[in-house]
Amino acid sequence: MKGALIALLAIIEREVLRFVSQRGRFLSALVRPLVWLLIFAAGFRAALGLSIMPPYQTYITYEIYIVPGLCAMVQLFNGMQSSLSLVYDREMGSMRLLLTSPLPRWWLLMSKILAGVVVSVVQVYAFLAIAACFGIVFPVFGYLAVLPVLVLTGFMLGALGLLLSSTIKQLENFAGVMNFVIFPMFFLSTALYPLWKMAEASPLLRQICALNPFTHAVELIRFTLYLTPNLLAGVWVMLAALVFFGAAVWGYDPARGMMTKRGG
Amino acid sequence: MLETALDIQGLSYAYGARQALKDVSFTAASGRLTALLGPNGAGKSTLFSLLSCLFVPQTGTLRVAGNSLATAPRAALARMGIVFQQPTLDLDLSVARNLYYFAALQGLSKRVARARIEEALDRLDMRERSDEIVRRLNGGHRRRAELARALIHRPSVLLLDEPTVGLDAPSRRSITDHAHELAAQGLCVLWATHLVDEVAPSDQVLVLHQGRVLADDRCDNLCGADSLAHRFQALIGAPG
Repeated sequence: MKGALIALLAIIEREVLRFVSQRGRFLSALVRPLVWLLIFAAGFRAALGLSIMPPYQTYITYEIYIVPGLCAMVQLFNGMQSSLSLVYDREMGSMRLLLTSPLPRWWLLMSKILAGVVVSVVQVYAFLAIAACFGIVFPVFGYLAVLPVLVLTGFMLGALGLLLSSTIKQLENFAGVMNFVIFPMFFLSTALYPLWKMAEASPLLRQICALNPFTHAVELIRFTLYLTPNLLAGVWVMLAALVFFGAAVWGYDPARGMMTKRGG
Repeated sequence: MLETALDIQGLSYAYGARQALKDVSFTAASGRLTALLGPNGAGKSTLFSLLSCLFVPQTGTLRVAGNSLATAPRAALARMGIVFQQPTLDLDLSVARNLYYFAALQGLSKRVARARIEEALDRLDMRERSDEIVRRLNGGHRRRAELARALIHRPSVLLLDEPTVGLDAPSRRSITDHAHELAAQGLCVLWATHLVDEVAPSDQVLVLHQGRVLADDRCDNLCGADSLAHRFQALIGAPG
């Protein structure tokens, strides 16, 4: 047990060290949601009228609405970036090093996800701090309460990244992930517009949005920031996290032989 | 009589229709370097992937220091030190940090790791490079760092998958000498290569070709008056 914890901390430390040394990664992780918040939201607020709906008790500006979705977006990109680094790692061989540790494989994979979660949570708080500088603030305890939720949503998205990395054989295929995972997940969710707004456009799209686990991640973050419980979103995110993680562990099962390319 | 550390029996593996290993059986002893000699595509890397639990064999058994990879894979992995063909060091970290990371993956505490890392670096004459960033090291020193890393958890079996690929002649010599020294100190060393000049007369030689074991004998017994290069080429049917 002690050995497993030592390995977990070392994997997290390595990810944090990597993150600190890649300043560009931190900057782009912050710039991306800020562009949405300060440019897209400013233009979009006029086009989109929002009615009062839970967890909001009053009319809100579009900037306020979009922040929880952008927090989840930071985590989505981070999860995919970790998955990218896993594919890269695997090509470079250091994933082999990880997987030949005598610790249980599911533990090693979970540690790898948690390492990504730590980095993504730091990014989200940095984004929330900058948003606060622009006057977009939430209840003080909301910032604290959202921490465990961010760990959960980050885990779900990290597990999805891990699952994808077990199926992607080459780095080049990652562009497909952008087109077929990141964009649909983000746009078919409540990150940018509420479900009822989507229903006005198309009931089918609304149904898809309601099933998208990313929608529930966004709603869980949104409700928790206002200290309002959302059991459905919590259960949905937890289930999705378990399914993604289980499938990822299955994907990295040596009996599947998916970890390495054909040997000589 | 040397003690058997690695025992492989009836091992087969296929990638779809292509058979990479066909009924491979051999043992490797402690205190000796066993050279797994084969041309590219002979099945060496597949064998290493099976030994390091990255693949699971379709038939056959593998035992490392008495531990079956099928029933006790973690105990088996704990007894193995592995140097992969591809470099697996983090280039932006120091040698010591890379080694600490590996020690942690083995579940070793910082205190234990420190002593083991110093010991391993000393064995490879790498102590003075400990704080250097890996990116600044030459290929030979990087390989030595990987070799040192593979020793931290005091394995009984050391697997080296073509560790001299891409190195210049003096670095190759140095790595092969170190591997022979480690074998002399009691380790079971399995060394995959396609270069006959890396094999010493007292080494056990295992010739692998098209997934089959064609020869398994001490190098000097196998060659007789002939050179290993000739003998090897004759065995695999290559033009001399």
